[in-house]
Amino acid sequence: MTKLFKSSFLFVLYAYLYIPIIVLIANSFNQSRFGFHWQGFSMRWYEALFNNDSLLTAAGHSITIALLSATAATAIGTLTSVALYRYRFRSKAMVNGMLFVVMMSPDIVMAIALLTLFLALGFSLGFWSLLAAHITFCLPFVVVTVYSRLNGFDKNMLEAAKDLGATEGTTFWKIIFPLARPAVAAGWLLSFTLSLDDVIISSFVTGPDYQILPLRIYSMVKIGVSPDVNALATLLLVASLFLVVLAQLLLKDKK
Amino acid sequence: MKHTNTFRNFAITLIVGWLAVFVFVPNLMILVTSFLTRDDVNLIQYTFSLDSYLRLFDPLYLKVVFHSLKMACVATGICLLIGYPFAYFIAQMPKRWQPLALFLVIVPFWTNSLIRAYALKTILGMRGLFNWSLMSLGIIDHPIRILYTETAVIIGLIYILLPFMVLPLYSSIEKLDKRLLEASHDLGAGKLQTFWRIVIPLTMPGIIAGCLLVFIPAMGMFYIPDLLGGAKNLLVGNVIKSQFLDTRDWPFGSALSVMLTLLMALLVFIYYRVGKFLNKKVELHD
Repeated sequence: MTKLFKSSFLFVLYAYLYIPIIVLIANSFNQSRFGFHWQGFSMRWYEALFNNDSLLTAAGHSITIALLSATAATAIGTLTSVALYRYRFRSKAMVNGMLFVVMMSPDIVMAIALLTLFLALGFSLGFWSLLAAHITFCLPFVVVTVYSRLNGFDKNMLEAAKDLGATEGTTFWKIIFPLARPAVAAGWLLSFTLSLDDVIISSFVTGPDYQILPLRIYSMVKIGVSPDVNALATLLLVASLFLVVLAQLLLKDKK
Repeated sequence: MKHTNTFRNFAITLIVGWLAVFVFVPNLMILVTSFLTRDDVNLIQYTFSLDSYLRLFDPLYLKVVFHSLKMACVATGICLLIGYPFAYFIAQMPKRWQPLALFLVIVPFWTNSLIRAYALKTILGMRGLFNWSLMSLGIIDHPIRILYTETAVIIGLIYILLPFMVLPLYSSIEKLDKRLLEASHDLGAGKLQTFWRIVIPLTMPGIIAGCLLVFIPAMGMFYIPDLLGGAKNLLVGNVIKSQFLDTRDWPFGSALSVMLTLLMALLVFIYYRVGKFLNKKVELHD
């Protein structure tokens, strides 16, 4: 009885998480334009998608930003974790505090703060402002992931490396980085996901010249999203799943 | 020894520089802006004033703030109520199934939350999947109006934010030492008593983290009310957004943000204190 209860509870919650996605995927193959009424299987929205340049460009921009910001946030975040773990420095409290501020302040506050900054600096809104914003909001998540992994290490190993004459750079590349790699990979994936999913901050810090997917959709949503967006979302979901499964398989082989 | 300093200095300069430019300065600017005056041409005028803060006490805005608080509290409460057993049951699964179960919690994130919210909108509509199913099953004979109500906003917030509750809860439940539960049973505690006095206090860090990760975005998430809520269900996020993008009253928008941030800081502080207090209680009971 309890087992039945548990399984059905889990089933209901997974259903809650997945039904909208299933409806979205189904609609991408639906002949009908409106609502969920099934009018036959069709690939017409996929065809429409491949003729919809502005939507494809926006998707391309989103993926570019996600790849670049995840990589940069992971690099900076990993260095930050190493510095917080290894060194004492005067601004350490400030670094911790600022990371906490990024984590804890609502997205909308960060969005307007960055908008104010970019306007005050006379920075034109677009690719660079978007990239800087995404790197910043991903940063604490990388730091938390990597730092918790570093914390489990035996510090004697680092002492040994030092005694054997390794410089800080060598210690980082030969010892810390390889050991922290799973956490670094997890941080990258988390950043990539966060960047791709962000609506709030992006909608403030990008300009008309650099359209990204969420904003393109946001401007369509009020009138009703055309089903080629469903087709695009389906393709992106499949691509992400494929990449993650591939990454898992590659990591397993290494063991 | 020179090399030592190069790496160390590079790392520290990079992060301190980045955080100063993209976090410290912008937040300071918001704080300063909130004390300035609105200007139709240049957005802000450098005259000091407390007007923006006084306007916060306008019943119109107070109402929005209380409404947001209520919605965020309800969403967080329901997320905790359903997220806790969710995480608990996942943690009880056979070890090899757990990564898959967690993976399935994360997968929805790869579809942009705006698109998912839109999908939810088509489901909750008068002629959507939800009403259709209930009517086909004969549970109702007229479609229920859900879209553009508070319920729809709550459903949307929970839908988007539930994973943020489940993941931290799972990681703290998973760490729980099973021997403590056995010990509690051996000492004669019932299941319920063990749960209240052992499991809950020990997983408090996960509960706190989960609640914060849900509550904070719930206050500021403007696109869920935009899509699902209709005009009466604005949240603070919507008001801030419109002050910046439509009304162009930056000082007032900034004051609202400062207030929101202070509210969050206060909550974090309370949660932190409660967590500490509970941990102490556990220690005393040992």
